[in-house]
Amino acid sequence: MYISTFHLMPHRELPDDFEKRYSSVWVTPPFHELADAKRVGQYYNWTFDELIAAAKAGSDGICTNEHHQNAYGFMPSPNLMGSVLARATDGLDCAIVQMGASLPATQPPIRIAEEYAMLDCISGGRLVAGMPLGTPMDINMCYGVTPMEQRERYREAHDLILKAWTSREPFAWNGKYTQLGMVNLWPRCIQQPHPPVWIPGSGSTSTLYYAAQHNHCYCFLSYFGYQAALRSVEKYWSVVQETGRDLNPYRLGFLQLVTVAETDEQAEKDYAKHVEYFYHKGLHVPPEWMGVPGHQDYQSLSNAMRNPMIANAFTSLKEKRFKDFLKDRYVICGSPATVRDQLKDLVGKLKVGNLMVLLHIGSMPHELTLKNIDLFFREVAPAIRPTWDDKWENQWWPAGLRKKAAQEVTA
Amino acid sequence: MTAPTDHHVTVWQEKITPNIKVAGSGSPVVFLHGAGGLVWDAFLDQLAERHTVYAPEHPGTSVGDPDAISHLDSLWDLVLYYYEIFDALGLKSVPIIGHSFGAMVAAELAASNPERVSKLVLISPIGLWREDIPVVNWMIITPGSDLPKYLLRDPDGPIAKQMFGTPDPEGMIRMIWSMGCTGKFVWPIPDKGLKKRIHRIQAPTLLLWGKQDRLVPPAYAEEFASRIPGSRIELIDEAGHLPTVEHPAQVAASVEGFLA
Repeated sequence: MYISTFHLMPHRELPDDFEKRYSSVWVTPPFHELADAKRVGQYYNWTFDELIAAAKAGSDGICTNEHHQNAYGFMPSPNLMGSVLARATDGLDCAIVQMGASLPATQPPIRIAEEYAMLDCISGGRLVAGMPLGTPMDINMCYGVTPMEQRERYREAHDLILKAWTSREPFAWNGKYTQLGMVNLWPRCIQQPHPPVWIPGSGSTSTLYYAAQHNHCYCFLSYFGYQAALRSVEKYWSVVQETGRDLNPYRLGFLQLVTVAETDEQAEKDYAKHVEYFYHKGLHVPPEWMGVPGHQDYQSLSNAMRNPMIANAFTSLKEKRFKDFLKDRYVICGSPATVRDQLKDLVGKLKVGNLMVLLHIGSMPHELTLKNIDLFFREVAPAIRPTWDDKWENQWWPAGLRKKAAQEVTA
Repeated sequence: MTAPTDHHVTVWQEKITPNIKVAGSGSPVVFLHGAGGLVWDAFLDQLAERHTVYAPEHPGTSVGDPDAISHLDSLWDLVLYYYEIFDALGLKSVPIIGHSFGAMVAAELAASNPERVSKLVLISPIGLWREDIPVVNWMIITPGSDLPKYLLRDPDGPIAKQMFGTPDPEGMIRMIWSMGCTGKFVWPIPDKGLKKRIHRIQAPTLLLWGKQDRLVPPAYAEEFASRIPGSRIELIDEAGHLPTVEHPAQVAASVEGFLA
């Protein structure tokens, strides 16, 4: 089991009545009414400090991602974040997990090939190359990409980036969305033929297939707990089998909100309001924006409309309170023992190899976040880390940081 | 009333076989539907009493063929694709009636090759842009609650109830997919250069607009009229963005009068 710490870099101090006064946390919230640039600078630096603290506490990887025009998590450039983190974690066995630069929003996409190669060089070969499709809010609404072109742009960019990394000779790229007469990447990655590729997703059928077909790690970014995710994850494992791949659990990444305190009671006291803040304010988005027309292909759209589980989960968020989020395990929160048990349950049921934990949630202040990180890596992580090590190697992890599977070690 | 029949032609290097709804008899007219997809309604029924109405479904929106849209990438492709359909139907020069998105396409067809379009009826067209009265992006409006406010003069009336009253997953899939397939040519702002080409339109042109259109405000009628030589505006009172649905008989009578 590999455990990475994810950070969204959210606005931590939205007003109490935010979701009543404003129509959305994404795309439209007015910066000048809601934020202050100096304070935002503090958020970025807290984010760095929290991720670096996680790395020092033993996190196997640290993750940043890309979102635009929002208070939910605003790192428009995850590679700026990753660059600082790569340097600051020099000498630690910690992967720089970029989850990452959005392929359809970057033009020309070799910019991502270049920046990821820079990060791989700076980090000494510790990069995990996330290749997100991007949300409709980010890519279609903020960055103007035509929804129906998003997946096709993504696929072309993916192919171009991999070719730019692996081709020994300069080549011409005559794509539908990108034409380049001479691609000759500088720098090249330390990791050869290329860094491991992770594809984040939220259950779209076509993304499951894409990850399996290309032998990449599929990362289910779930906010609705692992019970709600079970159906999508089972579908993923059946797709993996269908495409003739092995059932290596490291093919699957899973994101889980986790908060730890000394006791269950203390955990509720420490974290309840921050969890509610996250679900009530951080995910305050008109549900139909998640499915802007054309963003999903026809099959995914049909599946989503006939089984509107995610949409229903979104629309019912405001009615739920901490106890509901706890009960449905949207958040795994409690004493170290409680969190260990529930995470073991999650990992076993979903067959997750690459667990990502969100240890800063919503409005959590810096000190509380550091406490959560410390308790998690001291009291929880050691108990779940050995999972899968008897049999499987994480082929989706930088080779220089990989543990050997026990079978191979003894062989 | 004549029920429309489905007619198929194969075009675009034999990659697309659009479904074309055809009804009536008499001189031909083409109807190009709006972003929500083709619905054969009372307006088209009435039109079919004196004309042969050809109503092609936008590529991708025909049942069973959602991926047809993947063969057309740009507005240029779409314009040439329609000329091929006209060729296949034997329509050398034909009146075109378009609604909203379909009206923008109709205007592009008339501007690209004036010889193919004998008369032009633009009902609440998109295609131009004014910063002071931006066209609302219909693709990001909540369908159940907010869309009726932008589409209909009376968002709580019987038409709204009929269109949006009962949740219907299959209907929603059709509408959302249709918006995606049409949105491919206009996202995120429906100004794709028509203003540079619109002066080429030679067909006599009727601009029909709902007086209470909140999606594309009627001020746009002047924008179109001032750019299309000899065009005429007719405003429909008590109508929003869907005048053919809100006042089918009146709109059909106006169109017929213009075509006669």
